[in-house]
Amino acid sequence: MSFKDTFMNGEQGLFKPGSLTPMQKLILRFVVVGLIFYGFAVIEGMIMRIYQIEPIAAIPDFQYFAILTAHPLVGIFGSTYSIVFGAFLFLVPFLMKKPLWSYKLGNWTFLLITIGTLTFWLAGFISHYAPLYTLYWPLPADFSQFSPLGGTFFIVGIAIVMLGAVFFVINIFKTIAYTPEGMEKQPAGALLADAIGYSGLRNLFRKKEKQKEHLVSLPVAAIARGTVDVALNAGIILFTGVLILVYLVGHLIGFDLKETAIDALLYKNWFWWGLDLIADGLVLIFVAGTWYLLAMMITGKKLFMQNIARAALLVELIVSWTVWSHHLLSDQAQPAILKIVSGELVTAFELITQGLAFYIVLATLWMARPLKMTNELKFLLGGLLGFALAVPAGIMQADIGLNRILHNTQWIIGPHVHVAILVGLTMTLYSAIYILFPIVTNGAKLYSQKLANFHFWAHLIGGIGMGAFMGMAGLEGMLRRTIYLNGEFNLYMILAGICGGLLLLAFLAFFYNIVMSIGLKGVIGIFTPSKLNVKDLVPVEES
Amino acid sequence: MVDSQLVLYGQTIAYTCYAIVIILVMGWFGIKITKSGKSSKASHALFYTFVGLLVVLGVSLHIVTYNTIPWAPMDINRADIKPDKVFDITVANHQFILPSEKLVINVGEKALFDVTSKDLTYGFGVFRSDNSMIFQMQVVPGHRNDILWQFEKPGVYTIRSTEYSGPKGAQMILKDVIEVTANE
Repeated sequence: MSFKDTFMNGEQGLFKPGSLTPMQKLILRFVVVGLIFYGFAVIEGMIMRIYQIEPIAAIPDFQYFAILTAHPLVGIFGSTYSIVFGAFLFLVPFLMKKPLWSYKLGNWTFLLITIGTLTFWLAGFISHYAPLYTLYWPLPADFSQFSPLGGTFFIVGIAIVMLGAVFFVINIFKTIAYTPEGMEKQPAGALLADAIGYSGLRNLFRKKEKQKEHLVSLPVAAIARGTVDVALNAGIILFTGVLILVYLVGHLIGFDLKETAIDALLYKNWFWWGLDLIADGLVLIFVAGTWYLLAMMITGKKLFMQNIARAALLVELIVSWTVWSHHLLSDQAQPAILKIVSGELVTAFELITQGLAFYIVLATLWMARPLKMTNELKFLLGGLLGFALAVPAGIMQADIGLNRILHNTQWIIGPHVHVAILVGLTMTLYSAIYILFPIVTNGAKLYSQKLANFHFWAHLIGGIGMGAFMGMAGLEGMLRRTIYLNGEFNLYMILAGICGGLLLLAFLAFFYNIVMSIGLKGVIGIFTPSKLNVKDLVPVEES
Repeated sequence: MVDSQLVLYGQTIAYTCYAIVIILVMGWFGIKITKSGKSSKASHALFYTFVGLLVVLGVSLHIVTYNTIPWAPMDINRADIKPDKVFDITVANHQFILPSEKLVINVGEKALFDVTSKDLTYGFGVFRSDNSMIFQMQVVPGHRNDILWQFEKPGVYTIRSTEYSGPKGAQMILKDVIEVTANE
């Protein structure tokens, strides 16, 4: 095939958008939009990398901080939520062997996340509303630095995303519990109890012969437990958003409310409790669940120590509710008991729960050797390495002594956050995309294996390298969330910038590879309606 | 008291060694599982040993740091320690307001920095001339933000906000306002 033919129709013309079910189109829409938002986050990241070397004259400082505010939110909500929600809305019915409870609600989740992300991104871009994602009170209501109108649109955008997240939560739990038409009645309560871990917990107190068998598979249990944190987080962020909106709208209509009515430290505890449901909750649980699923799909075998893995997911869920205080180790008014118990000891549990998941996946792969080094396997190993590097870096800063000299430095955002997200999480998601690609495209073929190899190495080296150089700068005192005007840390920032460039190239190679695999017509075809039955996950004749 | 620079050196060495080892282990693992050979069972004993190791590591890190980093116990018990000097500092409108033009401290003295915010959440960090950090804390409005510190080396030090407080926060720098003098 000529280049033009491949570009228009995809590799060997194998991808036929007309053959896709509505569910296949839905997941592909989530993935395409998620990748576009990932592209936004990568470009924003590169702008900031350059700015850290030499402030760009065309971008004033207030715009830089607006980019810094939008960057993680676009990455987490626009990209990760889209890809993860899309994949799980497909996988839960796939694994439960029944249709998604509501295709319409799934579509609404897709639309709300896309529209909400665009809304807050545009509000930040136009109005430069930039309290950063931490929103420390009363900064989000500081109208001497930020426009209340811009802030209103920004918060509304976040609220729309959260509404999409709530619809996702309803759809996941309903899909687990409901009985589809024509099927034998399913025990809704027992299914839910098993999915969130309640029945497993009760089994611990039953005699062996009276223990009940699991009704849902391990990956579904992982998705359900992570979804509990999605629900709690959506509630916290919606509540926080409404609180800020009250101040913003109040100012717009001429009432300046008293900022001191909200206690800044209490707010900070509230905010971090909610945010850690993502960072230390659903991300870790979803990632562990995805690792388990990938390991089983790659090896075709059962997971090593399956019951321990299941129990560890429940421990992780409980840990995620009690771990937030490690963000407040430098807050002198925070009670010492919270710093020690929640901030240090409970946080250290993450080393154990993530370590367990890491070991279980490696053991499962080991038992199935020899394996072929497929794209999904190499990206899974990259994802495992990412968390093996990032979790200990996080445990080190969650220490009263070390936090005093690490808090708010580039150490936090480099070796911990960016290595966890870019190497650990993103490479796990890439692994899932590579393994699901033939299933959701009805057998489309990847355009270039060489590009996939380049994608892997450039992303791995770029992600680890960027995190490492940011970390080195952090250990020498470089702060995050500020601007250095005199090139104080230029050696590290230039090296981190080169690694950031590798990440950008890796993404471009991957995106080009996917477009060439399914063709331009295929990309457009994903967004046209499907004529097939919404209840079918894959075309009936192929299922 | 041990200088914070020494603690950072220790951390750099420990983490770098760990990072190199785990990268090599994963590389070796990747090669090993794709080489032809017979699949084998994974040892349960090894698994439980690994879990035990994680528990020991997670708990011992904090015990070790509490007993080797002197500012950790000093911070927890600061209410019971009498400072040699107290500096009341106010922050408002993105400005640090110091009690005097220079804060002069002798090496080895315990200095208490008591910082009050009148509006936003800020940070209070003290930095060496080479921009490396000595220590920092958060400055939250409506609460007491105090930190006790013992300087080990003479020199001049800079105060800088370590928390984002809007675009204006990046300029919150007071260069060389702390003077630590050697004991005669």
